[in-house]
Amino acid sequence: MKILVTAKRVPDPEQKVKLNGGVVDTSGMNFVVNPFDEYAVEAALRLAEAGGDNEVVVLSIGSKDVSQQIRSCLAMGAHRGILVEGDDNALDAEQVARIVAAVYEREKPDLLLLGKQTVDGDANQVAQLVAGFLGLPQACFACEIELGDNLLSVGREIDGGTEYKRVPLPAVVSVDLRIVLPTAVRAPGNSQTYAEGPRYASLKGIMQAKKKKIEEISAGDLGVTPTPMVKTVTIEAPAERGGGVIVGSVDELISKLRDEAKAL
Amino acid sequence: MGNILILAEHTDGKLRAATLSAVSFARKLKEAKGGAELHGLVIGAGASVADEFAKYVDKVSTVESAELASYQAETWSGAAKQVFEQAGADVLCAAATSTAKDLLPRVAALLGCGMVSEVATVEGPKTFKRPMLAGNAIGTVEVLSDKMVATVRQSEWAAAEPSGTGTVAAADGGAMNALGASVERVETVKNERPDLTEASVVIAGGRGMKAAENFAHLEKLADIFGGAMGATRAACDAGMVPNDLQVGQTGKVVAPDLYIAIGISGAIQHLAGMKGSKVIVAINKDPEAPIFSVADYGLVAKWEDTLPELTEKIQVIKSR
Ligand SMILES: Cc1cc2nc3c(=O)[nH]c(=O)nc-3n(C[C@H](O)[C@H](O)[C@H](O)COP(=O)(O)OP(=O)(O)OC[C@H]3O[C@@H](n4cnc5c(N)ncnc54)[C@H](O)[C@@H]3O)c2cc1C
Ligand SMILES: Nc1ncnc2c1ncn2[C@@H]1O[C@H](COP(=O)(O)O)[C@@H](O)[C@H]1O
Repeated sequence: MKILVTAKRVPDPEQKVKLNGGVVDTSGMNFVVNPFDEYAVEAALRLAEAGGDNEVVVLSIGSKDVSQQIRSCLAMGAHRGILVEGDDNALDAEQVARIVAAVYEREKPDLLLLGKQTVDGDANQVAQLVAGFLGLPQACFACEIELGDNLLSVGREIDGGTEYKRVPLPAVVSVDLRIVLPTAVRAPGNSQTYAEGPRYASLKGIMQAKKKKIEEISAGDLGVTPTPMVKTVTIEAPAERGGGVIVGSVDELISKLRDEAKAL
Repeated sequence: MGNILILAEHTDGKLRAATLSAVSFARKLKEAKGGAELHGLVIGAGASVADEFAKYVDKVSTVESAELASYQAETWSGAAKQVFEQAGADVLCAAATSTAKDLLPRVAALLGCGMVSEVATVEGPKTFKRPMLAGNAIGTVEVLSDKMVATVRQSEWAAAEPSGTGTVAAADGGAMNALGASVERVETVKNERPDLTEASVVIAGGRGMKAAENFAHLEKLADIFGGAMGATRAACDAGMVPNDLQVGQTGKVVAPDLYIAIGISGAIQHLAGMKGSKVIVAINKDPEAPIFSVADYGLVAKWEDTLPELTEKIQVIKSR
């Protein structure tokens, strides 16, 4: 099985966001693989470890620097990478989805796996857009994936519970947080037990990743010239919440809630 | 200027309150556009939903067929596109529920137009503000395509009031193709409490609650308020509570009058889902916990030592 996984570079969510003149100030900023995409890579590897002739290909759209993030996915165990050059800070979901769709057409994978959302843009659109462009079935917000005979049974997180959807391959799947729980991804022939969370790259993995291939191409090479549909005009800091007080006792908390906040 | 089409969300033959938030957005957008008809779209539901929805919009289109009876992105997206065109719409919107998040981008792909997720405010007919970076930034975005699709953040839009009586008519959803996909089953969590996104009080617990049975203490407090329960990802992942109680960047976004966070550290991804609450109370044994930076009232203590007393005393006040 061939699995194409997308991975975006995002500012490390643990650091404070700096804004400057209506844009995110990326100077001195540390970048990481979008957590949901790291989870997608983990899910892809678990599917691929079922044995047989499997390949996991990682795709990132961004500046040449994103080869670093592709490399860390390769160190986890993915087989090769594709870097499509573009300004990842300026592309909208439409443009990303057009490029992903074009790579899909070229690679013809059995499964296209994405994160459910980027943690910088928080759009949650690309997987669904690509599925719509390509006329493929979709299973978004996956918290469970079970590989069957040329199909997947996917547990999707929905308001109020979980929906189990069956999709024939090829299909588009986007993953949610719980896809990295120990038994969330199941494939016949894979009896490995997994720890919770995405795997850390081993030293061996890091060494091997250096030798793995990252192909650099442009959107033009893929024959697409995607035009933006949504433009980000400016980014500002939200209104800060005024600092509160630390109370010394339950009684004090209750009197504050009753008399000051009028919440009781 | 085109019309605004609003997708109805429904469960068990009832319109979901989330839809009324989308109506509020649509009315605001209508103002910004300088006029438009509001059209409702009801897919796969009986007449009761359409009749209820007609109290809020000018015209309701219902699409019904065996293939559309249960939600599926592959079939519903085609039907939505068809009705969008019949309605002379240039905007399709819905509250950002799990259904709309799954469906609307696919419809945008079919319409070949831009989409804005989780709109917080309307700045102009094509300009909107929306939270980004886990709520640490507010982006102003402008739609460049003629048509557009939007989901709206429910916590930012109060439920609309009824405005009159619109018409209801059946519409043609066009040819349906499920592309071989099918929904096998839906496992819903029975919940007698108010919906997390609609409750005026939310009592939330985190990993610090340590075990599933300890959430009974939080339930007791929630019961007094008639409130909802919430949780962190850590508490959900550990199996202490069902996943759909997760509040945060990836869970539900809530803005109740009162949010009480217990045993919650306050990771940015959690804050993203609750820092719009009117009053925030935090109980955490660690004085350095980031939750205290957004809490109006913080109590540095173990919940074991303080929650029973708090619950008891609030009970007394509330029963007066
Ligand atoms: C991509 C991504 C998306 C995410 N989305 C979400 C999301 O939507 N929602 C979400 O919640 N998280 C989300 N997370 C996870 C988030 O980063 C945190 O890991 C999580 O919120 C921590 O949960 P917690 O506060 O319960 O646990 P912890 O951080 O472990 O905190 C437990 C707290 O309990 C306190 N405590 C312990 N014992 C007691 C006691 N006896 N009495 C009182 N206090 C006690 C401790 O001092 C501590 O502060 C996401 C993470 C990622 C990577
Ligand atoms: N620049 C990019 N390069 C590769 N994948 C991306 C990029 N932008 C978005 N994606 C993928 O699309 C998913 C959803 O992103 P979004 O719809 O922008 O929130 C992400 O989790 C990624 O898997």
